[in-house]
Amino acid sequence: MNKVGLTRLGLITAFIVLLEALCRTGLVKPLTLVAPSRMVSELWELIQAGEVGEDAAHTTIEVGGAFILAVFAGVLLGAIIHATPRLRRATAPVLASWYAVPSFVFYPLLIALLGLSEAPLIAIGTLSAAPAMVIATISGLDRVPRVLRKTARMHRMGFWDTLRFITLPSALPSLFAGVKLAFAYAFIGVIAGEFILSGGGLGYSIAYAYESFETPKMYALMLLVLGVGVAVNATLHIWEGRLLRRRQR
Amino acid sequence: MTRWIDSAAILIGVFALWYLAWWGAGDSAITPPGHTLRFVVYLFGTDDFWGHAWATVRAFLYALAISAVIGIALGLALGLHRFSGEVMEPVLASFYTIPKVTLYPLMLLVFGLGISAKVAFGVIHGMIPVTLFTLAAVKNIPGVLIRTGHAMRLTPMATARHVLMPAVMPEIISGLRIGFALTFLGVLIGEMFASQRGLGFLIINGINQHDVRRTTAVIVIVVTAAVIANSALLALDRHARHEAT
Repeated sequence: MNKVGLTRLGLITAFIVLLEALCRTGLVKPLTLVAPSRMVSELWELIQAGEVGEDAAHTTIEVGGAFILAVFAGVLLGAIIHATPRLRRATAPVLASWYAVPSFVFYPLLIALLGLSEAPLIAIGTLSAAPAMVIATISGLDRVPRVLRKTARMHRMGFWDTLRFITLPSALPSLFAGVKLAFAYAFIGVIAGEFILSGGGLGYSIAYAYESFETPKMYALMLLVLGVGVAVNATLHIWEGRLLRRRQR
Repeated sequence: MTRWIDSAAILIGVFALWYLAWWGAGDSAITPPGHTLRFVVYLFGTDDFWGHAWATVRAFLYALAISAVIGIALGLALGLHRFSGEVMEPVLASFYTIPKVTLYPLMLLVFGLGISAKVAFGVIHGMIPVTLFTLAAVKNIPGVLIRTGHAMRLTPMATARHVLMPAVMPEIISGLRIGFALTFLGVLIGEMFASQRGLGFLIINGINQHDVRRTTAVIVIVVTAAVIANSALLALDRHARHEAT
């Protein structure tokens, strides 16, 4: 690991040690914050007691479903919008304003439309993730150099060959940035939806633990959610780095 | 002319979707456009509504000011000191992507119920994009611009004024635009969970009391305000980019 990575690791460790010290010495009351070591042990106990599995499964299905739907719908819509300039000009303000609107306010409406199940949460996740993918697809397609498109036409390449050898390599960095954002927004949307109104999932159990004053349990679950978010992001980040390096060769 | 037709088509599409949702979900989940707009007009006539709206605007302005100042300062510092920038950028980026809603119990415990929790919520949402955009802007200033400044023997102040500022301004404005949207989102979330006042509170209260008419009307007001503010900032953003090039 290089100097930058080591410094980052050191900073994060120092932060955790500081939190631990603040909690152990009683400067921060245990009702406000529990020590990081306690969060970990509590989380371990919860997992062993089998109290997390069901909620985690709910959340995984919802986030996974929303993420996959958003990526496919986003790429498809992005390609269509990119191909029709007039549609592009008309939808530009909608896409640009999308994230100024908290989409989870539509959650109660979606429950009425889809019933109280996983479906409205998947819909919320998709609604918040898909526009990022649409925007990324459009900007990725913009980056395909015109001369390469012309070359493809000159060689009479078919649709799939053009896609594979011309379009995808040029659009890949932007598409991957979109995939990363789509995951983050699907995750945020689903957890926020579970917080507001639902009968299961990690977001729901954090809210429930808070309302029933089970502070250690609440922090253990928060740690789990934050940990999963960071872990998936890091994985996507590393994968992205590999793909882009291979592309440069 | 076609532009107006297209915009009108989008607007008609929105209303069509709205009717469709109402037709599918019924009066227990959403009220139809005409009905809702009449209620919006009624709300605009009540002092109670303006009290809540003002609470949101006040919290939002505080949060936006704090996000902008901290975000730009931190972004400039991390951008100029390359090593710190490389250390902190992934940390900030991963904080940007985690669901910060989960932190609301912590915010409540630290700041209590009220305006400070809302402002804090707005700041943790809005500050990160401003920082990241400013950082990227400073890092990407072409070296030739700075060398030109040296060659012309500009004073540090003159370099900052005539070289650095114009070079980073468009990016910072883009960052502020996204920070603006996310701060608003953060304040609304804060109000939904950690407050007794504000538009977010009106929405969550309407949801809990099944006051569909009020919820729909407030959501329409919030969405319209967000879209108008964002379009204005988008125009400003384009203008700044145009000036810079």
